[in-house]
Amino acid sequence: MSGKNPHEIVIISGKGGTGKTSVAASFAVLAAGRAVIADCDVDAADLHLVLAPKMSKSTDFKSGHEAVIRRETCMGCGMCVEVCRFGAVKLLSGNQYRVDPVACEGCGVCVRFCTVGAIAFPERLCGKWRVSETRCGPMVHACLGVAAENSGKLVSIVRREARQIAEVKGVPLIITDGPPGIGCPVIASMTGASQVLVVTEPTVSGEHDLERVLTLARHFDIPTSVCVNKWDINPEMTERIEKKAEAAGAQGVGRIRYDRAVTAAQIQAKAVVEIDAPSAEDIRSVWEKLGFQTRNQKQGEDE
Amino acid sequence: MIIAVASGKGGTGKTTVAVNLARVCGTDVHLLDCDVEEPNAHLFLKGELCGDQETVSIPVPEVDEALCDGCGECSRFCEYKALAVLAKRVLVFPEMCHGCGGCMRVCPKGAILEVPRRIGVVETRRAGEITLVQGRLDVGVAMSPPLIRAVKAHIPKEGDAILDAPPGTSCPVIATLRETDTVVLVTEPTPFGLNDLKLAVAMVREMKVPFGVVVNRAGSGDDRVQAYCREEWIPVFGEIPDDRRIAEAYSRGELIVDALPEYRERFRALWETVSGGKLTDKDRYGQTQT
Repeated sequence: MSGKNPHEIVIISGKGGTGKTSVAASFAVLAAGRAVIADCDVDAADLHLVLAPKMSKSTDFKSGHEAVIRRETCMGCGMCVEVCRFGAVKLLSGNQYRVDPVACEGCGVCVRFCTVGAIAFPERLCGKWRVSETRCGPMVHACLGVAAENSGKLVSIVRREARQIAEVKGVPLIITDGPPGIGCPVIASMTGASQVLVVTEPTVSGEHDLERVLTLARHFDIPTSVCVNKWDINPEMTERIEKKAEAAGAQGVGRIRYDRAVTAAQIQAKAVVEIDAPSAEDIRSVWEKLGFQTRNQKQGEDE
Repeated sequence: MIIAVASGKGGTGKTTVAVNLARVCGTDVHLLDCDVEEPNAHLFLKGELCGDQETVSIPVPEVDEALCDGCGECSRFCEYKALAVLAKRVLVFPEMCHGCGGCMRVCPKGAILEVPRRIGVVETRRAGEITLVQGRLDVGVAMSPPLIRAVKAHIPKEGDAILDAPPGTSCPVIATLRETDTVVLVTEPTPFGLNDLKLAVAMVREMKVPFGVVVNRAGSGDDRVQAYCREEWIPVFGEIPDDRRIAEAYSRGELIVDALPEYRERFRALWETVSGGKLTDKDRYGQTQT
């Protein structure tokens, strides 16, 4: 019953594919069992490919409802089409209507206003979330259903579970791998976090997206750090980005070089810091600059 | 023809494929940047802003307190918890509202009106033969699908349109891919790329949109993506090799086909394939054959 209020670092990027998950997996290894890991990129979760979790508990994620027209009761009056704001009701043929489950936002307006009560409103299964054990400690991860909605809510559940495990086990740190973008699941990943690390890249897109994600972090008033991955692809841009980040109140915590070993590690299902790679040193240095300590790594050579 | 460029994983090269295809397709084309959380196509195409910026709003409730008797019917109805009644007063949380209009319809006193809440803007630019329409979500706004629909309202009745989708497989992507003719899934030959490609394939199959794959950074990882596509009868529309010069040109905001002219032919061929010239029906539907 110890470990009140664990520290939570959320890793985000704005732009996708900048190396969030590779950094998060390395951090999980560097934390050496003293962290709970939360994969909040529920849309396209990848962390499990490196951390190889053993599933111990899987729970359905039900969220909201979906409208389903009962054909036998429907009179074909078309009221549902009229009231639906999402264009989700389609006229099939004659006077047969059908709700497109992908377009339905589950607002319930058609259900309420159907003149003959022909629309059912069952709960919607939107995905699953799991608590697993990995070589780096407990991990909470999730999988959003195909073409499902409410990823923000699923992110909130993953974080809540991770926090609970950290509190019960007295683990002082939560490492959260966030989704790309700045919308609903990103907002759900950041709300109430202790610290944000933005992993960006020295490209025009990376720069543009960083500005937006830093504005979001400021909006939530969370201390934010920035690291530039593949910095040597464009050194001038790296400098420009670091200056901009600083001007926006974010702390620079170093650079990670462009290194094909990052992909090689992924193919071996290892974190970058678990193989002998130049970029592994860079990631360790980012970890230390963030204020975390590195324990002696089995394979890591000391400088 | 409406072609959407998407991917499960972020950063695989969606925008690269979309802008370079738009440049080589050789006709008047609309490029619609539906990645409204992080729109990037304009960084590569530049171009002149034309017309006024269009503000996009969703309707959210406003309660006329003179008429409201605090009965709570609206908050009981709302599936998104965008209204709450406390001490007979209605509190509205506009950021939760999807704009369904249900509360207004169910209010027995007619005390609810709708007022617009701004969520972002749509801008149109002109770059040579390309008309670029781009949505930009306001920072702090969670809900992007209505803005994506506003961008898609600019799809021309005739001619070609290329849609640059956001990454992932959830609501914003679905809003983008609905009612398109072909989806190009851009991936990279890595375990993350393959895992997220499978999620994206499940999504487009569920949506019943014809699709195929472009392998970016080909040669940088292993061949499991290609093997997967073979096994699943998914057409590979093309490959873009792993070339550090491409990454560098990209970093500076340059189009590959301009900075490295030797790639022009490759994108030209990709366009031919994607726009249907060389596809059989089986290819176009990417169905699993037995």
